[in-house]
Amino acid sequence: MEVDREDGRSQNQLRPLACSRNILHRAHGSASWSQGDTKVLAAVYGPKAGTKKNENPEKACIEVIWKPKTGQIGKLEKEYEMILKRTLQSICILTVNPNTTTSVMIQVVNDDGALLPSAINAACMALVDAGIPMRHLAVSISCCVARSGVSGLVILDPTKLEEQKMKAFAYLVFPNSVHSVLPEGSPSVQGEPIENGIITSVTHGTMSVDDYFYCLERGRAASTKLSDFLRRNLQQQPTNSSKAG
Amino acid sequence: MGLPNASGDLSTEVEVDAFRRLFPLRFFEKHLLESIRPDARPLGRARDTTIALGAVASANGSALAKIGSTTMLAAIKMEVMAPSIETPDEGCIAIDFHMPPICSPIVRPGRPAEAAPVVAKQLSDTILSSGMINLKELSLVSGKAAWMAYLDIYCLDADGALFDAALLAAVAAFSHLEIPVVSLNDDGKIVLSEEQGLSDREPVNKEKRKVNLGSIPFSLTCILHKNYILADPTAEEESIMETSVTVVLDSSSQLLSLYKPGGAVLAYTSAIQDCIALTRQRVKELQKILEEAISGMEVD
Repeated sequence: MEVDREDGRSQNQLRPLACSRNILHRAHGSASWSQGDTKVLAAVYGPKAGTKKNENPEKACIEVIWKPKTGQIGKLEKEYEMILKRTLQSICILTVNPNTTTSVMIQVVNDDGALLPSAINAACMALVDAGIPMRHLAVSISCCVARSGVSGLVILDPTKLEEQKMKAFAYLVFPNSVHSVLPEGSPSVQGEPIENGIITSVTHGTMSVDDYFYCLERGRAASTKLSDFLRRNLQQQPTNSSKAG
Repeated sequence: MGLPNASGDLSTEVEVDAFRRLFPLRFFEKHLLESIRPDARPLGRARDTTIALGAVASANGSALAKIGSTTMLAAIKMEVMAPSIETPDEGCIAIDFHMPPICSPIVRPGRPAEAAPVVAKQLSDTILSSGMINLKELSLVSGKAAWMAYLDIYCLDADGALFDAALLAAVAAFSHLEIPVVSLNDDGKIVLSEEQGLSDREPVNKEKRKVNLGSIPFSLTCILHKNYILADPTAEEESIMETSVTVVLDSSSQLLSLYKPGGAVLAYTSAIQDCIALTRQRVKELQKILEEAISGMEVD
């Protein structure tokens, strides 16, 4: 049984994705990411000298500042800053530039559902644009549990209206899919390929444990599609590093 | 620089405490190889948990929860207010989490802890989406008056697993909560009725009543490090091995939250299943401890 979505998408269909890099000229790296109507702008400054007081000086430090579209900065923004910071810290190679701080600014331009995943994708592309060394990219997806039980239904990339109506949703972040040139394929950990591991998971609302695992499966399938989109986007648009020529 | 070799040579000469401070990760890994932790707990066991209800006498409901050294004090005060127009027959719960400087040497006055707003928001989301409290029960006169419950949780000692202890304290405070008796006075306002003998004012609710709790949420935080899963970390363990997964299950085994905020270790399906299994065990333990605390209060 299919669920009727307001914009006519099927349950596994993502909204149209658009990503452009190097849009801000003063920032060391910048990217704008939009999924349907949700649009987020990310800017990266760094690495700058020195770390903050409580941080480890033997590693690079990442600082995230989240600016909402309207209103004052509250607990939601602080929580998103912390999640983004820890996610980005796990994908960046922190030992390359010790005792430095890289600042990531996120500006919400429009929120129509899946805000945190869009921000994570935008921040990742901005870090690539700035040339910060990373282990792999972070690919983020939002899944929503429409119906629980045997005929469980999980829909991908919900809009804000869908998020509010449904029982529960989960924001998942996976590493990007690997194209391996080795004959034996990509390395696997515990029998599962690396791109199946979860970097970050934030859930909201009540769902059964089986629903969550079903969300993970759908999320992994979608992250493969997103990884391909990122790969194409990064290969097409060479960064205009020299404007003098 | 030969640091790994240096520590190997030094391990026989340096005192245990110095080794713990200089090479914390090696110190923990030596223990993990033997499937044990420095405080002699096996990897899957949580610390000793106690709950004391009624810790704050002036509050309508309160509890003090301790998981190992982590101590949380929760108190609920009720106030009558006008309900919002969109939900005229529902009350409201406002949840706030504070980390005063007493709890930890890294929290200083004037510089709020980074963890405080994050835990406050997580608690708020979990408690409101768990369905533990039916907001319609908090209504007094539809459209005119409803209860507003202010839940404040103070961290008195921050030694890891802050969210778990805070959630436990909140749940225990709600189970201890007694809604006071109120009556409608001549101006049409709700007032607290102190004496029960007054006959000219009809009480809106006859006696102090307890809130009916729906399915109660319980949580467990686990740390992932290489192939090990450590349940209920202390602050030292959390600062060294940074990848943590918090699973919140309610008493009917529904997943309320699976929170993994980044972290160097990727969580595969098997690790998640192990975390959920550890949480299920912990839910049973915590249910027993909470029931004992409640029945202990009722005997008095």
